[in-house]
Amino acid sequence: MGSLGERARALRPSGGAALVWGLWPVVAAVLLAVVMQVWVRPMLGDFHAKILLDIVVNVVLAVSLTIVNGFTGQFSIGHAAFMAVGGYTAAGIVYYGSYKVFGDPLVHGGTLSTMVAARGFPLLAGGDVLFAASLVAGGLVAAVCGYIVGLPSLRLKGDYLAIVTLGFGEIVRVLIQSQTTDVLYEADEIAATAVWKLPRYLGGALGFSGLPFYTSLFWAFLVAGITLIVAYRLKVSSYGRAFLSVREDEVAAEAMGVNTTRYKVWAFVIAAFFAGVAGGLFAHTSGVQLNAGELAFQKSFDIIIMVVLGGLGSFSGAMIAAAIVTVLPELLRKPGDLAAMWPYALAIAGVAGVAWLISHRRGRVLPFVKGLTLVGVVALGIAGIAAVAAVRGWDLGKYRMVIFALALILMMILRPQGLLGVREIWDKALWRRGGRERRVKGGAAAGKGAP
Amino acid sequence: MELFLQTLVTGIAVGSLYALIALGYTMVYGILKFINFAHSDVFVLGAWISYEVSRAAGWVDPRGIPWWAGGLVLIGAMLSCGLVGFVVERLAYRPLRRAPRLNVLITAIGVSLLLQNVGQLPFVFGTRPQGMPQLLEDRVLNDTVLGTGTLTQGAVEGTVRLESGFTVEEDRRYSIVLEPSGGGARSTSVVSEPGRYEAGSDVAVLPPVEDNGAGYRLIRAAVVQLRLVDVVGVGTAFVLMLLLDWLVYHTKLGRAMRAVSFHPANASLMGIPVDRVISFTFVLGAMLAAAAGFLWSQKYSGLTQPAAAGWVLLGLKAFVAAVVGGIGNIRGAMLGGLLIGLLEFFGMTYLGTELRDVYVFALLIVVLLVRPSGILGRATVEKV
Repeated sequence: MGSLGERARALRPSGGAALVWGLWPVVAAVLLAVVMQVWVRPMLGDFHAKILLDIVVNVVLAVSLTIVNGFTGQFSIGHAAFMAVGGYTAAGIVYYGSYKVFGDPLVHGGTLSTMVAARGFPLLAGGDVLFAASLVAGGLVAAVCGYIVGLPSLRLKGDYLAIVTLGFGEIVRVLIQSQTTDVLYEADEIAATAVWKLPRYLGGALGFSGLPFYTSLFWAFLVAGITLIVAYRLKVSSYGRAFLSVREDEVAAEAMGVNTTRYKVWAFVIAAFFAGVAGGLFAHTSGVQLNAGELAFQKSFDIIIMVVLGGLGSFSGAMIAAAIVTVLPELLRKPGDLAAMWPYALAIAGVAGVAWLISHRRGRVLPFVKGLTLVGVVALGIAGIAAVAAVRGWDLGKYRMVIFALALILMMILRPQGLLGVREIWDKALWRRGGRERRVKGGAAAGKGAP
Repeated sequence: MELFLQTLVTGIAVGSLYALIALGYTMVYGILKFINFAHSDVFVLGAWISYEVSRAAGWVDPRGIPWWAGGLVLIGAMLSCGLVGFVVERLAYRPLRRAPRLNVLITAIGVSLLLQNVGQLPFVFGTRPQGMPQLLEDRVLNDTVLGTGTLTQGAVEGTVRLESGFTVEEDRRYSIVLEPSGGGARSTSVVSEPGRYEAGSDVAVLPPVEDNGAGYRLIRAAVVQLRLVDVVGVGTAFVLMLLLDWLVYHTKLGRAMRAVSFHPANASLMGIPVDRVISFTFVLGAMLAAAAGFLWSQKYSGLTQPAAAGWVLLGLKAFVAAVVGGIGNIRGAMLGGLLIGLLEFFGMTYLGTELRDVYVFALLIVVLLVRPSGILGRATVEKV
């Protein structure tokens, strides 16, 4: 019998097997991204494809914020600043790099890099390398910012950290808007400027326009896939356990030898990296004018709403909530469509209600049935309001933030753990009766199957 | 020197408004140990309610406003915001009295968003910026009146003749305020070259005036201007702060507030109605924020929409003031407010106006790293 270390090392899979085990999700993500871009994109219309793209980018943001707010319990509300930093970095690299390499700021990528329906060009081209490099660079710069912001702030607790991160978010916006000047448009001017001087010309208060639209379903799904893989693996690794321990009780974690500051900073940096990459994606989406003024606290709050509604600590919850939050404004814009779903809502509520009655007679109502009835009733209510709005001609879009704010408050009072709490949607414990938590922090129910 | 004094005046004026807002933050933190994110939105609400009340009362035209109009609007704003503070505490914060801090923080963010966006709805305040009517005369208190009399036209177009002689010095500004008999006061600036102008000589003015026979006042602008708005603002703020100080340190209710802030459980054992004291604290904080909102609207009359970024930054700076002074400490909040106001305006004058928010924020970072309990705060020991 060897020592514990020898025995542990013997259990590790050999090189080849380990590589496959580690990388198959990445390969799957790439394949999924290609499928979405090449086959699914032409099937969806332009409008729906754009919404899907928005959802996926928001998923990346929500999952990245979950790493910091959810896993580690550090409430950061300046996340959009990292998005802005990453977005501007990526934009600068793509824009000026495009000039220097190709001579113009147009898309030089393949079929995978465009939201216009596929053309049958080569799948990837030179421009794609530039774009991918810019995304990574954007993420890295944002990560560095995350480090700079995180190190002093993470000595603070709860409320102070929130205010400081909010302030940092605003400061980044102010700095970007005030310290940069207009974008250069002439090719010869750009060729003449030294590379290290270019970061000044990022648009200033007017924002950075004229970017090539590289972002497509392929890139979005690829980035989202990688983000999710990293988030999941973090959660089930020793890092994840350290994060969760910091969230649960920092003092106890320190007492057990967990270097809380180190892990808090790590969470911050990783979250900032993905936010930066998402920012790069966002900047190159068609129809988007990159402006630091729009990537300020309003956007930060949007991301927070996604994370809180989904459940702090659950990234599948964050995904679901991101989809809801992205789609809701579109739905609100057309109350007629929203009202038209009343037959479905009625069906769901009816079926679930009947199931409730039957199982109530039998003595035990499944939480699933209860949840479904609730969903059905709420959907009916929404359809009703939408019908009234459609008839009276109200503009429900203005009420978007009011709805979110009310949802946030009601959620904290009635169901603070959000949609999924700390469980993921594939956790069996979620669907089983019992094991409910009341607190946002995981709490004593952790023994029931939370990873 | 003049620049220094002018900056000092503005810094104190704005700083006292920050102090009023910071008092709300600090009182709520002292009692409930949480930061009421929604407090700055009460401030914004106060400014907008002042606007709506003034408009509803018809006090828009500067000439028809009675002297007590400002006071009435102030009281109206304070009462309404007090009500808002009470409702918010009852409905959003009281159910979470025993919840983990994170939940309360998220709720506070939700309330903040709610107040901002409800304020923006078309049937509330709307999204268009509005100009606040000046309920106080826009007068500079320390301008010198050099002479009065009846105006006559000068020989050349664009000049007038005055009844008394005066000297135009370099670097000073002169203006003539006309009060024609038909009503409608106007003013025009003197643009003559420096020198001595005897009675009856031509004095160039821009814009040209043609009111032959109108009464006039010749005014020499003070170098360091003390506006009536600023003086009233600082005065009101100080009076309110003195009242608060008296309330908290010299009355029974104040003692109850301090007791609840020290140890809520024991305070309730001593017979103090803790819930009522907490509600009262919220109401008080909201009233002070509303007063600050009204005074702000008098000083800076352009009111942007309730969810604009500018308001958030203001609230943030007031929070920084509370933290810098020592959060939980009332006198610290007053001190912090003045400090932040002075820092912001001196930074703007001597280091550049674009980074006005960065100076305040940098101070926050420094204070949080070096002395997190603030200037007048007590260091709290974390018990395990």
